[in-house]
Amino acid sequence: MITGSRAGASTAAVDHFPDLVRKRPSFLRRFLIATAISSGAVLVAGGGAALAADEFDAEGAITSLATATNLLWVILGASLVIFMQAGFALVETGFCRAKHAAHVVATNFAIFGLGFIGFFFIGFPLAFGGFSYSAFGLDAPIGGSLIGSGEWVFLWKGGWALSGGGITPALIGFFLYMVAFMDTVATIPTGSMAERWKWGSFVVWGFFCGAVYYPLMAAWTWGGGWLSQTWSTMNLGAGYVDFAGSGVVHAVGGVAAFSGAKVIGARIGKFDKDGNPRAIPGHHIPMAMLGTFILLFGWFGFNAASTFAATDVQFAVVATNTAIAGAFGGVVAMFWITKRTGKPDPGMMANGMLAGLVSITAPCAFVAPWAAAVIGCIAAVLVIESVFFVERKLKLDDPVGAISVHGVGGLFGTLCVGIFANGSYGAGWNLSDSEGVEGIIKGDWGQLGAQALGVAVIIVVLGGISYSFFKIQDTVSKKMGKGGIRSSEEDEVMGLDLPEMGVYAYPEFVKS
Amino acid sequence: MKLITAIIKPFKLDDVKDALKAAGVQGMTVSEVRGFGRQGGHSETYRGAEYKIDFVPKVRFELVVEDGAVDPVIAAIKAAASTGKIGDGKIWVTDIDRLIRIRTGEEGPDAI
Repeated sequence: MITGSRAGASTAAVDHFPDLVRKRPSFLRRFLIATAISSGAVLVAGGGAALAADEFDAEGAITSLATATNLLWVILGASLVIFMQAGFALVETGFCRAKHAAHVVATNFAIFGLGFIGFFFIGFPLAFGGFSYSAFGLDAPIGGSLIGSGEWVFLWKGGWALSGGGITPALIGFFLYMVAFMDTVATIPTGSMAERWKWGSFVVWGFFCGAVYYPLMAAWTWGGGWLSQTWSTMNLGAGYVDFAGSGVVHAVGGVAAFSGAKVIGARIGKFDKDGNPRAIPGHHIPMAMLGTFILLFGWFGFNAASTFAATDVQFAVVATNTAIAGAFGGVVAMFWITKRTGKPDPGMMANGMLAGLVSITAPCAFVAPWAAAVIGCIAAVLVIESVFFVERKLKLDDPVGAISVHGVGGLFGTLCVGIFANGSYGAGWNLSDSEGVEGIIKGDWGQLGAQALGVAVIIVVLGGISYSFFKIQDTVSKKMGKGGIRSSEEDEVMGLDLPEMGVYAYPEFVKS
Repeated sequence: MKLITAIIKPFKLDDVKDALKAAGVQGMTVSEVRGFGRQGGHSETYRGAEYKIDFVPKVRFELVVEDGAVDPVIAAIKAAASTGKIGDGKIWVTDIDRLIRIRTGEEGPDAI
């Protein structure tokens, strides 16, 4: 029994290694025949009685090897995605001021464990209690639906704290990969809320994101919940499709970044009395660029390993599409910001590459390389215009551009599946009878409908939940006399490092 | 005794120091400062927001000389610190009422 968004993509026994068989059936047949002949020959030659009694189970052996290799691929991917935490830490710290550096880097450091704990105890079961995928050995789900049933599941259950019956190595490995994605969501708001977020308030966000916030969208999509089944319930393409999470991860984090920035307010001195934005330059551009490269590197685990199977050679297409979008995104951003301001701002180039990477994350397995390039180009222009819009029109202070890169880039990428998917991959996605995920370029508008519904859910529901969370937290904190989720004015002006963290990032160069 | 204070472009410091040593000066105090003169600053953009850079990094140094040494020292500074372009800096001379060497207690020109 296979459920979850990837369900249907691999069903019968022989489909355990789908592409290996589909693309080269004669190889397998030749292998099996060769093995049969050789073991038959041994039989006839009166060879070892033991061999005669049990013939070599070629198919079983290949299946075992494939399953093990696929799980290895998942763990490798998990490692790469976890390393992206370093990328986020460096980008954000580089784009913020030196007097806040210890605080900003510490939020990015701590978020890994905070979200992890929430996800470990509560979040993972809520999102993936009903998930299974035999290609890497997860033959049966550890639980079932908690709220809802059939094609309308809203939450799952099973495997709290990775305990209970049915916990296999494959499940545990899958948890590791999924916790890395959750931590990516959790760390995104630390960028838009940097330089004025109280430590204690941030800690609560970490737990909340891992335990509840991210698992909601994950349950509805990758976990096999209602959004993934809209192919059946609403006749929309193959249901909500999101290969590695432009929507499920980046946009979900991006709307939280928006909500947080709105509730916490702009940094002191960011806007003058007429509401015009002032520049607050980051203190370490090389650090920010290094962080961007680390994110690029980790993205190969984020996207390519989302095939969950090394035997599914589409991972090569995914990896390359990812790189294409990043490259075109960075270069187009360079040209666009030069056109807009006269200089190729390195920070905007970095944001452009990241936007390309974010936007390709959903469609990467389903589009042709030319489409990946187009997506990267459009994402770069979108992110730059969005940064201007968020700052100048919405008057929101986002020190690193998280809202634009992850929110706008993520929502755009989600829609791109419905536009550029060319039907070459994704047969049976979400247990549908689709023969390949197709977008408008193949004449199918249903998929775009499914994606648009996902976008609407992310903006309205996840946006609403995140805004409520920050607003309630802020209000309760103020009522308790603790002053809200934002740090005090003196602390912010002096630099959060000493008052919040007790250490200076650069004690020898302290200067307010 | 006179106090000579000068603001110069930072990269000129080594040239000026060498010239002063050649002119017989035995000590100076250097600090890193920011400033602007008649030309003012310029503007840059960061992530699309324009910001003015009014203050430009400069080096300020001070030295104490006997009255007779003032003109040669000024000439040495001018020659070494000049590039002919905007921002070369300024030199000014003020009186010193008292001068004391801390280690020995010497006062006056002996403390230079």
